[in-house]
Formats: sequence, structure tokens, C-alpha cells
Amino acid sequence: MIYYDRVSKIYPSGDKTVALEDVSFSVEPGEFLSVVGHSGAGKTTLVKMLLAEERPSSGAVFFESINIHEVPLNKINALRRKIGTVFQDFRLLPNKTAYENIAFAMEAAGRAEQEIHSDVPHVLELVDLGDKMNNFPHELSGGEQQRVAIARAIVNQPDVVVADEPTGNLDPVNTFEVVQILKKINDLGTTIILTTHNKGVIDALKKRVITMDRGKVIRDDREGKYIL
Amino acid sequence: MNTVTIKRILRAGLLDFWRNGFVSLASILVMTVTLFTVGTTLFAGVILNSALNELRTKADVNVYFVTTAPEDQILALKQSLAALPEVERVEYVSREEALAAFRERHQNDQLTLQALDELGENPLGAVLNIKAKEISQYESIAEFLRSEEALSEGRPSIIDKVNFFDAEHRAALERLRSITSSASSLGLAIIAILIATTLAISFNTLRLAIYTSRDEIQVMRLVGAGAAYIRAPFMVEGVLYGLIAGFVTLLLFYPLTYWIGQSTADFFGGVNVFSYYLRHFLTFFLIIVGTGVLLGAIASFLAVRRYLRI
Repeated sequence: MIYYDRVSKIYPSGDKTVALEDVSFSVEPGEFLSVVGHSGAGKTTLVKMLLAEERPSSGAVFFESINIHEVPLNKINALRRKIGTVFQDFRLLPNKTAYENIAFAMEAAGRAEQEIHSDVPHVLELVDLGDKMNNFPHELSGGEQQRVAIARAIVNQPDVVVADEPTGNLDPVNTFEVVQILKKINDLGTTIILTTHNKGVIDALKKRVITMDRGKVIRDDREGKYIL
Repeated sequence: MNTVTIKRILRAGLLDFWRNGFVSLASILVMTVTLFTVGTTLFAGVILNSALNELRTKADVNVYFVTTAPEDQILALKQSLAALPEVERVEYVSREEALAAFRERHQNDQLTLQALDELGENPLGAVLNIKAKEISQYESIAEFLRSEEALSEGRPSIIDKVNFFDAEHRAALERLRSITSSASSLGLAIIAILIATTLAISFNTLRLAIYTSRDEIQVMRLVGAGAAYIRAPFMVEGVLYGLIAGFVTLLLFYPLTYWIGQSTADFFGGVNVFSYYLRHFLTFFLIIVGTGVLLGAIASFLAVRRYLRI
């Protein structure tokens, strides 16, 4: 479903920082993949490649046999709608309420008004925020904001949800909740790619783990643990 | 683009406008200053123009006739002068009128009047006052008079003197011409610079306003929104700024022109800016509101474009 083919990323400025070096792996439909590593190991760059936010210096990234970096800029949004994204810093639209943030993703996908009216409350209910739908992001806690972001990521029923350090800014309780939600989504059939450096999260998941160090994949375990 | 999308875009634009209250207010204020400058330069142009026209009417060329010149010949010359395309108007002053004017001018000068009475007859010839459409056209009018004079060769010429051929008169005309033409080109240059500067300031303000939303635009992009769908609400906002600033400007001009209307009428050759404003309101409306709306839309369009390249 997703295939990284010998992907390298070298930032040309300065001392030619190598963010990724010859990375190859594939992700099957319905998989829950965790990518772990220290800060600077290349986890976020890996995710940005999939969203076409960054281009590889060499190699290619395929999503359902489409080379992502050959998709023209004006078509990329259709591809991105198939991938739900959750970021460490939540990245909600500050001037929109929780409801509107999620509705925006549906509007952008051209969904009908009735669908939006029925799906948004439903998905907010799913992340346990049914009573906060008219609050603005700044009125929500970090954990609540991240749950809104997850709701936004899944509302268009994407094939994959990519969560880049989603628990990085959260306390243990909220971390646990976010991971539970991701697991629930995965149980419903959505592929999940999670990057993290939280040992507790990885060890509790008992799913596939790719370990990265200095831009390279150094381990790929079926049922992995956090080993670094 | 279907009606649902248009509705969503309008709603998003209006909501952003309202929720970004402070940014909206600042943008409207800066844009109002811009449109006010545009309007003021329009008025300045009108005033300058009428003042220069007033100045131009001060220029003329006089043809003095000999005292024996028959009136019908003078009137014939007047006719052919009036037929020239360069000539705006020709005024005939008969010998009697010239004398009356002379007496009036010297009514406190007994000596001159006595000398005049002593003469017994009217020593003054008739005069034609010629006004050209442009100051630069006096040359060709004078040329025409010279050829008329040449035609009457053989017969004694009826023309005593054309003051255009006086070096002094010509120099004065030339000075007037250069003053009015440089004043109008200077005026145009100042107007152009003012408008360009103030447009640039507005443009940058809108760019800054959208710069604050650059992360938002990026997120919208990553959530899978198309470029047009992201850009359109910003353009709605920009157009709204322009509309509101335009109306505020038009509203401001009402009491302002009323206030200075009388003084402009007194000082600058007769244009009352208030009545001018009322008479040309539609033009002002179209220029000011149109500038605002276009400025808002184009500035937003360009500013958002920078952040869509992802």
C-alpha cells in the first residue's frame, strides 16, 4: 500500500545534513506501524515525504502504486485526503471551532452539507468531545486539541492515518487516551503510521516497530519493543 | 464551482473577517488612508486643472488697428480669425469703446483727460482681443495675421500693431506657457507617486495580514484542501476590506468637501469641490470603491499564492 523505495534526503545547505539515507520499507493495508528513534533520526522527514511536504533527494515514495512526488501540485490535495494527518503541535485552525475544524476537512473534500451535519458530531463523539464542539482551539486543553485533530484526520475515512509524535506535547493520561483512539481506528481497518519516542507507548502496543537512527532504518520488528 | 461551495467560501470569508477583528480593522484603516489619498489626488487634479485654466485665460494677443481702419474690414478680419481652429474667441473693441475704457482708466488723471479733450478727436484705434485655446497656438495666429497684412499689400494696412511681435509680450506668454505646462506635469508626477506609494502600503498591509495566517494555509493544504478553496475566503476578506474602506472614504469626503468647498471656490478659479463631488459622485464611487475592491482582491490573491506552494 505504501512503499518507500531507497529514499534519501540530504539538505543541501550548510554541512549537507543527511535526514534520510537509503530508506526502504513497505506498509500493508490495516497495519499499525510505529516508527521510533531519537530526535533528528529522520522520523518527521519520513512522514513529510508521504504528504509530499518534502521531496526526496533520491528514491521514490509510492502510495497505492502512485509515485507521490510525480503528482502535480494541483492534484496533490486529492491524494492528501486519503491520508489523515495528526501533528505533535495539533495544528488546528485557530479561528475555527472544533466543529468547524472538522467540517473544514469535509468541505475541502467537497462533501454535502447533510453529511457534514451528521458526521462531525458523530466523530467528535468518538473522540469523546461531543460537548466541546463549539469551543475554539485556545479554549481546549492540549489533549482535547489533539483529539479534535484526530477527529479531523479520520472524518473523511482515509486509508491511512499518519500521526507524527501525536503524544509529544501530552501528559501520560492524555497520551494513553490518544493511543487508545488510534488503536480503535486501526481496529476499524485504517492503516496507522505512528512516530514517537515514547517507550511506554511502543511497549504497550505490541505492533510492528521500525527503529531509525541518523536517517537509517536499523531495525524492523514484527512485534517490536523500544530498543535504543 | 457550485452554489454550495460559493456559500461555504462566503461564509468562511465573513467569519474570518469577523473573528480576525483587529487585523480586519487595521487593514480597513490602512486601506481607507489609501483610498482617501486616491480621492484627494482626484480633487487636487480638478483644482489644479481649473487653476491652470484660469491662468491660461489671462493670456491673449491684441491686434491694434489704425484709426482710419473701416469697421467692416475689421469685422471681416474678426470673422476669419474666429474661423481658425486655434482660436477660442475674438472680442471686438470699437474705437468708441476703447476711448470710453481709456477715460474710465484715467478718470483721476485730469492732465491726460485734458490732453485728450484738447485733441478734439478720438486718437484710439479699434482693437481685437484674441484668445487661443492653447498658449502655444498664439504663434500660428500671429503668423496668420502677418499673412493677412501681406495680402493687403498695395493698399495701406489697417493693422497698426500686433502686440505678439513685441519681445516682452512674447516672453510673458512663453513664461506663462512653461509655468502651466510644468505645473501640470509636476502635478501629475506627484499624484502618480502618491498613489503608487499608498497602494504599495496597502498591499503590504494585506500581505502582512495574510502572513499571520501562513501556518493556517499550510494546515489547510495538508488536510487536503484545493488551492482555490483556500484562497477564495481570503479574497472575500480582501474585497470586504476594500468595500468598507471605500464607503468610509466616500462618507468622509462629504463633510470634508462641504467644509473646504467655499474656500476652493474662492481661491482656485471657481471650482467648488463640494458641488463637484456631488455632481461627479458616481465617478468617485466607481473609482474609490473599485480601487478598494480590486486592491483587496489582487493583494490577497498574490499574498496567499506564496503559501500555497506546498
